[in-house]
Amino acid sequence: MAGVTEPELRHAGLNLSDDPREVREHVESDVFGFWVFLMSDAVMFACLFAVYATVRHATAGGPTAADEFKFHSAIWETGLLLTSSFTYGMVSISMKHTRGRLWIAAFIVVTFCVGAGFLKMEAHDFVTMFHDGATPERSGYFSCFFVLVGMHGFHVFSGLVWMILMGIQLAVFGPDERTKVNLIRLGLFWHFLDVIWVVIFSVVYLQGLIR
Amino acid sequence: MNISPSLRRDFLTYALGYGLAIVLTGISFAFVFYRLLVPQAVFGVVLFLAVIQIVVHMRCFLHISLKQSARSDLQLILFSTLIIILMVGGTLIVVLDQNARMM
Repeated sequence: MAGVTEPELRHAGLNLSDDPREVREHVESDVFGFWVFLMSDAVMFACLFAVYATVRHATAGGPTAADEFKFHSAIWETGLLLTSSFTYGMVSISMKHTRGRLWIAAFIVVTFCVGAGFLKMEAHDFVTMFHDGATPERSGYFSCFFVLVGMHGFHVFSGLVWMILMGIQLAVFGPDERTKVNLIRLGLFWHFLDVIWVVIFSVVYLQGLIR
Repeated sequence: MNISPSLRRDFLTYALGYGLAIVLTGISFAFVFYRLLVPQAVFGVVLFLAVIQIVVHMRCFLHISLKQSARSDLQLILFSTLIIILMVGGTLIVVLDQNARMM
């Protein structure tokens, strides 16, 4: 029987222990529930991508993607989000190998700052585009662009708020079981956002800049 | 500070994922920036690299492995992928075909 239950007591995402017997059953079901949410979120993003692809050329004589996208800001945003994903990996590792709350907190702060940097750059891009007349009401193309990329930005913003809350939880309760499960879920959320961004920079930014 | 083999392995997994992601992203941007191929071929390369990078992220950051195939997580993810392929593929085929007919 032990041979059957052992592998099932692991969940996708960095487990708190290499030994599946040490992963508590409720941790596993909590994380599984969060995966269900992430996948429903992925389906929503997929629909937004599908709609975006169908209105690629519906610019109604207004600005086009190639006019508005800037190569350097797409690279920097990608680099920042990728780095924040890596630093959150360090949060997960500090937690799993019980490095203490100081290490966990330090990496959360670093991840927060890099993530905030990403959001600041994206907001700056949006403001520049608005000044150029590339607003959501200008064309079907920009309506879809702002819904798709704005939705990702909103998710990143939610992730940053969640990090602040986790900082408070960590300071008040320390790295106990409940805090750890929440940090695992936040990690999955954050890495998931980076996966969505890979599709955004490929399908939206790079496709728009190809000429 | 003691560094256990398990800690080193976990760190290397993230470092490998980070390194691979940077290289793949770099190649993608280079193909577009230097116009290494004709536009359609460049977009093909970009999409191909994006798929590889998603697999890298899934493997190194989200720690999804086929070894845990007894778990329902993997089935959930694979089923969601199927739904996404059906919805995105179906939308593109139908709407782009309609577009072509309206021209």
